[in-house]
Amino acid sequence: MIGTGISVNSITARRRHPLARVAVVALALGLLGGGYALAAPNGSTADAAIASGKADDAAEGKSLFVAHCASCHGFNAEGSNKAPTLIGVGAAAVDFQVSSGRMPAADAGPQAPRKPRPDWATDQAIDQLSAYVQSLGGGPTRPTEEQVNPALGDPAKGGELFRANCIQCHNFVGAGGALTYGKYAPPLNPATPTQIYEAMVTGPQAMPVFNDSTITPEQKRDMIAYITHVRSQVDPGGSGLGRIGPVTEGLVAWVVGLSLLILASIWITAKKRRAQA
Amino acid sequence: MTEQNEYPESGRVPTRVIGTPPADAPIEEHDPIHVPAGVEGVIPQDPVKVRKAERMVAFLFLITFLAGAAFIAAYVIFQVGTIDKTAASNYALGGTLALALLSLGAGVTVWVRQIMPKYNLVQERHLMASDADTRGYVKETFLQGADESGFVKHRLLRRTLLLAAAPLGLAPLVLLKDLGPLPGTSLRHTVWGEPMKGGKPRRLVVEGTGQPIRAADFNSPGGILSVVPEGYEEDLNALAKATLILLKFRPEEIKSGTNKNWTVDGIVAYSKICTHVGCPAALYEQTTHHILCPCHQSTFDAADGAKVIFGPAARPLPQLPLGIDEEGYLVAKSDFKVPVGPSFWERGDAEAEVREKA
Amino acid sequence: MNAPPKAITGPSTFLDDRLGAGNFLKRNLRKVFPDHWSFLLGEIALYSFVILLLTGTFLTFWFKPSMGEVNYLGNYAPLYDVRMSEAYASSLHISFDIRGGLLVRQMHHWAALLFVAGMTAHALRIFFTGAYRKPRELNWLIGVGLLTLALLEGLTGYSLPDDLLSGAGLRITQGVAQSIPIVGTYISFFLFGGEYPGHDVIPRFYTIHILLIPGILLALISAHMILMWVQKHTQMPGKARTEKNVVGAPFYPAFMAKSGAFFLFTFGVIALLGTFAQINPIWLFGPYNPANISAGSQPDWYMGFLEGALRLMPAWEINFLGHTVTFSVLIPALVPMGIIMTGLALYPFLEQWVTGDRREHHVCDRPRNNPHRTSIGISAITFYGILWLLGANDEISSVFHIDLYTTTWVGRFAVFIGPAIAYWITYRICIGLQRKDAEVLSHGVESGVIKRMPNGQYIEVHTPPAEDIAEHIRGKKEIPMLVGSADGDGIPPKGARSAIGRLRTKMSEAYGTDHVPLTDGHHNGHHEEEHAAVGAGERKELH
Repeated sequence: MIGTGISVNSITARRRHPLARVAVVALALGLLGGGYALAAPNGSTADAAIASGKADDAAEGKSLFVAHCASCHGFNAEGSNKAPTLIGVGAAAVDFQVSSGRMPAADAGPQAPRKPRPDWATDQAIDQLSAYVQSLGGGPTRPTEEQVNPALGDPAKGGELFRANCIQCHNFVGAGGALTYGKYAPPLNPATPTQIYEAMVTGPQAMPVFNDSTITPEQKRDMIAYITHVRSQVDPGGSGLGRIGPVTEGLVAWVVGLSLLILASIWITAKKRRAQA
Repeated sequence: MTEQNEYPESGRVPTRVIGTPPADAPIEEHDPIHVPAGVEGVIPQDPVKVRKAERMVAFLFLITFLAGAAFIAAYVIFQVGTIDKTAASNYALGGTLALALLSLGAGVTVWVRQIMPKYNLVQERHLMASDADTRGYVKETFLQGADESGFVKHRLLRRTLLLAAAPLGLAPLVLLKDLGPLPGTSLRHTVWGEPMKGGKPRRLVVEGTGQPIRAADFNSPGGILSVVPEGYEEDLNALAKATLILLKFRPEEIKSGTNKNWTVDGIVAYSKICTHVGCPAALYEQTTHHILCPCHQSTFDAADGAKVIFGPAARPLPQLPLGIDEEGYLVAKSDFKVPVGPSFWERGDAEAEVREKA
Repeated sequence: MNAPPKAITGPSTFLDDRLGAGNFLKRNLRKVFPDHWSFLLGEIALYSFVILLLTGTFLTFWFKPSMGEVNYLGNYAPLYDVRMSEAYASSLHISFDIRGGLLVRQMHHWAALLFVAGMTAHALRIFFTGAYRKPRELNWLIGVGLLTLALLEGLTGYSLPDDLLSGAGLRITQGVAQSIPIVGTYISFFLFGGEYPGHDVIPRFYTIHILLIPGILLALISAHMILMWVQKHTQMPGKARTEKNVVGAPFYPAFMAKSGAFFLFTFGVIALLGTFAQINPIWLFGPYNPANISAGSQPDWYMGFLEGALRLMPAWEINFLGHTVTFSVLIPALVPMGIIMTGLALYPFLEQWVTGDRREHHVCDRPRNNPHRTSIGISAITFYGILWLLGANDEISSVFHIDLYTTTWVGRFAVFIGPAIAYWITYRICIGLQRKDAEVLSHGVESGVIKRMPNGQYIEVHTPPAEDIAEHIRGKKEIPMLVGSADGDGIPPKGARSAIGRLRTKMSEAYGTDHVPLTDGHHNGHHEEEHAAVGAGERKELH
């Protein structure tokens, strides 16, 4: 459903939409462009976009950009004192930020939170916006469906990489955690495999970058496989208590365990009050 | 109160209002107090209620029986192995066990509260102290025994006994010596200082994949990698001191606290082991260049020599001198110049020594 | 029944012939135990300990206390072929491949949390009711020892599964040990058999966890029980309850049955938690590796206050003559624990020193009736509670979106200011409750009945309190005070002349002064009393 989502269900559901034809074309172009861009060496992606006929998308994207992004990022994405330049951030960054609702940002908090997308931010609009930003200065492109398919990854191998690189901020199951000055590592549960991949290659907000030459796309897919496997896995021992570790366990021990036992002790020792005989 | 309380007792005052116990009427007027037949302080229960309670208790015990039987059945029926099967087994076994125990407990409680008599027994206490006669007797006996034993009179006996006990008492402590080797200077070194076979410097490899890192590949500013020494990827003792975080900066971001001679193309390596109590300090914010230790939230400024900007850690994370070998892979030029990890008594101000030498 | 059945007489005669147990039973079968719900708090800890022994034994049948490395080839797919210690692999095996293994492992962990929670609640009950006073000081000291040992027992157990979380705890333990001046490095090397983490610590902790500490715990718990039995339980103040008697139900059959029922409840609640609340999901943490750590790595609750202390301590380290002392580790690791445990251990003796009270006490104080003691207790709880809360400040920050450093800064101040505020508030509440008690005795309780007077004024009928309540209130005891003031000739007593003596007298006066002495009502003989309910300028309002 995100990006180049080509699952049969989503296509069926949208077949009757007035924009369906445009969307199909855009998707096809996006796939083509994305694939080409991946194959192409870094830096020449702008040319690639134009060569593959994505220039139209880019033009549409530019008008979307002017309408929704330019007030902070500048009319030519050159950035301002409010927001960084978007030249060279790549389509992956646009897709991550807009599809997760983080951009457009609502207010100037320490960090933009995940929120529902605005109405205009359809998959197609994101495609166009991504194409535009990609055309500005290249940057990481969006992953293919195959690159993020958890079924193709090895969760055990991914788990090792996940523990080495991710859990210090996102917690052992991706429940999230605190950073400095009000920032936080968000929970990974709502993130789609594509978004997880894009976050790794683009390093949104405070997050560092894990580029493809040091953590390969296959290894990223393994990590995605681990994350999605573990988050969908049942908690065999009962309620997971938020899966954040001993804090909630201690709370339950006192609030539930001890309270139940105190209730029992009150029942055992309670006297019906009698007046003096 | 402008008026004296002159109202006589009258029917207008109810005998009981909720929350306000009456003075002289029993709360449960329908529950006549049975004067005990023989023993004072033992008040039997109303036989009608006892019969009712008996049925209740029997019902609860029956539940326990059924739940107990179900527990055994669940053990046989629910196999484990996969996580879903284990979940089912856990619910079945735990649910039946809890039900059996709680219902048995409830049954016994109803029994003791509603079938056994009410008790108001009184027992006397006595002072814990023994009486003077007893104390006197014990004192006399003690002195007599001490005299008889000769412990007081024979000084040599007393002293040699103490002498004899001393080494025996120390023996168990001495035996513990082989619990571990002496520290020596081992806390001052890591495996980064050991050259590889053939004298080549040791490469940095990615934790989890074991891949060596080409400086040209680690090229995204804001990047981070958890890095371990080549050849020691699975040696936990080595990792506990030698693990690194490798960071990529834009050259202009690096400040004076960082030793630029030890960087390669804006790539900096710091010890990942927190200088507070040794957790891996690994939360990295690429926007602020903060490294945060998740255990006690010591925060280091990675762009400025990993100096401490918040929290209990007192020293910066040591920086590892980086270089590249002929194939372009990142290597350690030498060991850390200061001991990594938490402080220890023998450590001293290693940073100052390094500054003096420089 | 007229005669015991033969099945009982036979063996009991056999035993009595050889042990003379009859004498013991004659004295003790009908031993009286007073009833109060709070007297069962200690039993939570006792029964949790029994459950810990049972479940722990079960776990030892499969657990392998070894740090030897294996590749996991078991059923949990996300860790398949991952390198890990045998300890961790066997913990996974217990969780996934032994029927009931996960349940027992979870019950063991829940029982451990409730063991310490029960001890804490029990200790607080003893403290606030003054049940540690003579002759029970020794049992109090045993209790403080038990609490300390329980923390150690918990720490060693937490480290055994060798998952990433337990390793983080171990790492912090090692870092703290290493920071101890002069001997720290040696302690660490001897504990871990060399450099951290080494290959010895899990087998060593295993022996400590399943043999050494439980053995001492068992011995101390037995001593605790025997002393309680010999000294007889304290009782709450009430009708016909004095320092010279004990009022309640006999051990056989009533107290026995109650205790048995409570054991079953404790066991049942722990089973309930083990079934429906997942605890320590080791498979999610992954194997330990000193290079990795998870966000929100926390100790179990009873170590939370130490974690919090470590977190809020500012950086402070000194170097001299080539040696290093890290106060930013030493102070938080040793001082709060020292204050709390030493404070607990010394309190009975300090109180005796201040009050000069050497009498035996068997009737509990109601917390309000010793306001300074209660305030000291609450401010200690506040101190502990703030440190404890700070131990979870990363979760607080991430759940409530509060800046992490703000939580630390608030904690740094609150840990000093909080206890002082708590002291003052508690003291005021105690005095307020005492006033309420005094009013109940002197004016009776509100009946809720409003009467209209002939002159139009409304009054509320007050009735005297029920006798058991009145007796409960009248159980208030005077707190003894040292005589420190000058006698008729202007000469203070000998002990009060030094500076310490003067301080002691002053403290004694503050500690013992009763600001709200009870006076029985002026209405004795009356059965009711009216208070104006509504009237011009009246303080009573109709709610």
